[in-house]
Amino acid sequence: MTAETMTRPVPIRRWKSVFEAYGQEIVILGVIVVLCIGVWLYNPRFLSGNNFLSIFHSNAYIAIAAIGMSLVIISGNIDVSVGSLIGVLGTIAGTMAVNGYPIILCWLVPILIGMVINAGVGVLVAYVRIPSIVVTLGMLSILKGGLISVTGGAWISGMPPEFMIAQFRLFGIPSSVYFMVVLTVLAALWMKYSVFGRTVYAIGGNPEAARVSGIRIQPSIVGVFTIHGLFAGIAAVLFATQLQVIQSTVPPNLELTVITASVVGGVSILGGTGTVIGSTLAAILFAAIGSSLVFLNVSAYWLRAVQGLMILATVLADMARRRRI
Amino acid sequence: MTNLLEVSGVSKSFGPVKVLKEISFDVRPGEVHALLGENGAGKSTLIKIVAGVIHADEGEVRLEGKPVRFSSPREAAAHGIATVYQELLLFPDLTVAENIYLGHAPKTKWGTLDWNAMRAGARALLDSLDSPDLDVDTAVGKLSVANRQRVEIAKALSQNAKLVIMDEPTAALADADARKLMEVVKRLRDRGVGIIYVSHRLPEIFALADRVTVLRDGTYVGTKPIGEVTEGDLVSMMVGRAIDHLFPKTDTAPGATVLEVKNLCYRNVVRDISFTLRAGEIVGIAGLVGSGRTETALTIFGITPATSGEILIDGKPVTISSPDDARRLKIAYVPEDRGLQGLIRPQTVRENVSLAILDRIAKAFVVDRSREGSLAKDSIQRFGIRTRGPEQRVKQLSGGNQQKVVLAKWVATEPRVLIMDEPTRGIDVGAKAEIHALMSRLAGQGLAVLMISSELPEVLGMSDRVLVMRGGRIVGQFERKDATPDAVGAAMTAAKVGASLESAPAGLTGVAAS
Repeated sequence: MTAETMTRPVPIRRWKSVFEAYGQEIVILGVIVVLCIGVWLYNPRFLSGNNFLSIFHSNAYIAIAAIGMSLVIISGNIDVSVGSLIGVLGTIAGTMAVNGYPIILCWLVPILIGMVINAGVGVLVAYVRIPSIVVTLGMLSILKGGLISVTGGAWISGMPPEFMIAQFRLFGIPSSVYFMVVLTVLAALWMKYSVFGRTVYAIGGNPEAARVSGIRIQPSIVGVFTIHGLFAGIAAVLFATQLQVIQSTVPPNLELTVITASVVGGVSILGGTGTVIGSTLAAILFAAIGSSLVFLNVSAYWLRAVQGLMILATVLADMARRRRI
Repeated sequence: MTNLLEVSGVSKSFGPVKVLKEISFDVRPGEVHALLGENGAGKSTLIKIVAGVIHADEGEVRLEGKPVRFSSPREAAAHGIATVYQELLLFPDLTVAENIYLGHAPKTKWGTLDWNAMRAGARALLDSLDSPDLDVDTAVGKLSVANRQRVEIAKALSQNAKLVIMDEPTAALADADARKLMEVVKRLRDRGVGIIYVSHRLPEIFALADRVTVLRDGTYVGTKPIGEVTEGDLVSMMVGRAIDHLFPKTDTAPGATVLEVKNLCYRNVVRDISFTLRAGEIVGIAGLVGSGRTETALTIFGITPATSGEILIDGKPVTISSPDDARRLKIAYVPEDRGLQGLIRPQTVRENVSLAILDRIAKAFVVDRSREGSLAKDSIQRFGIRTRGPEQRVKQLSGGNQQKVVLAKWVATEPRVLIMDEPTRGIDVGAKAEIHALMSRLAGQGLAVLMISSELPEVLGMSDRVLVMRGGRIVGQFERKDATPDAVGAAMTAAKVGASLESAPAGLTGVAAS
């Protein structure tokens, strides 16, 4: 083997390696395109500007929460409490807005609280060494129970219009869509190029080898959960401001939807691989499926079944790929 | 007398590595047949094939003259083959009787467990093994290792085993317990059971075995009646190989002392270790698995920080409480198990090579991709890593090339002390020679190398000095010219149990103390 044969560009190999690195993302993008064209042929109104935008608008917060979730799963952990956290933070944001706090605080305080809570989760996982599934299961009950006890599940309404950040529009496109795109791109670049991102992949890929290589695992894990709290906080603010009312409960099955988006997006449940682009695409795919069910006159309840099938299919594909390589 | 077990022409490969090459041997009823070889010689693979855990690629196994091919250990057990593994496979929360009869418990006519028959049977079995002190109702988790060992043997007997395979049964036992266990083995033999006995302890083999078969690098070296061989013969059969041309250690004049270790201890596995390591020097640590070699490396590198003792770099005492500390002090560690501690397998060659210096090649939290890329390309060239390129995932590389990636990662940190634990385990001969050449070159450039290896020829061929460890201590130290296979091999294998055995040849422990 000479240096020449190794460095000569081989185009086929290039494509192969691109597909190897981003296979799942490409597949999901393809499925979204095929699905949209298919439903559009059945009912052209599906791709009308309004419907298309509302698919993005009403689900952007899920995609944003899935970014943080992807980081957590890539690091080899899991968070099953994110839905409850979003419910609590959204309620805090709405309540503050109704009570006349400065708008900027109504946005920032919930985000900060989310970061603090999840930093605490990270400390319990990294330093006290409680498995993340146990810590977040506990968190799930605490947050959910606490929220219902305090608010009784009441509806919050009458927020000032300048609070409704998710509904701000630029060039006719709601801000939540911009948030989704910008945050996904930033997080993807951060994970790919920053020392921190690379550390997270290493820890998820093999924590023992990462530690032996001189990486300090514990602060990194706390960092991952804190960033996850940041994204959950942003998601909560968008969730609280996309409609005129907030129901102060936990959106049903939200954590599962978020986890499913990460996993279907190509983040290995075992940690170490996957990208946030994949999880955002998967969140969009779910939204598109949900919307197409309506246009195909199929009960929307099928959405959950479809999501379940997809998560199984993805994990099977992941296992098959692992075995082959 | 017909043979109980006959193995003929058995070969086995794991991926590209051929671990067994046409092995043949046989076991007679009422015989203790010792299986001897260095770590990695293929003993474990061979007994796993006999026990039905894995399948041979080629060759035949015959039991009492009939060819057999077991699809599972359970099927092998049904044919009368029982295995007592090194790591005991008992259930700690179940009682002695339950463990013995697990999977084949006597039933009453109602189809429920017959507890009386089970307890009585267990009692009888243990009595026959000269273990009347063992209570059949005790939870196995409360027993000592020696007693668990006996429960394992009783379990084998309860299945009417004709052939019992024992994989280093005394490795974890103290003297007195080891002697008792050997009595039990003799009783088994006298009942006409054939026994395959794997052990590194030569005195034990001389006290117990009728015949001994030696394996080396997966090949069959020979079978001898125990009366026809001496310890020296066996050691040469185990390690005997043209050492010189395989290991290209060049002579270099060692420089100043870089690393000094004084009275280093970690719990009770690393005991009072003291040595020095100079620039340009390769010091080899020889010893059997469990002798504390790897644990010493883990302690120096901060994975299991020292519980007492001192580590000095350039004569100055330092504190190493994590691998991060060690890395900052320019110590590198190429671990024993690449998969577990060396590589991030889903990541690429580029990402693995830069892992230990990510913070150093970053500008404002962002990894400098061009520096990283050229580091990866340089490493591929310098270490001769055979890969499609820097973007290939390391899990797709062969073992030897994976090992080169781990080595490249650590050399990238520009270390002054390089600790290599089993640097060539499980890789093919060609890659082995390349790794050895690399080590030699690195030492020539002034790196202080501490090498741990289970392969005696490797230790002897590569090292300027050899330290021999046993029971967590350094029990011998040899300069290169004095380090003969026989001397070092004897120091390694002279087990503590040796002194207490009447039939053990004298003089072994004397060599070890030199």
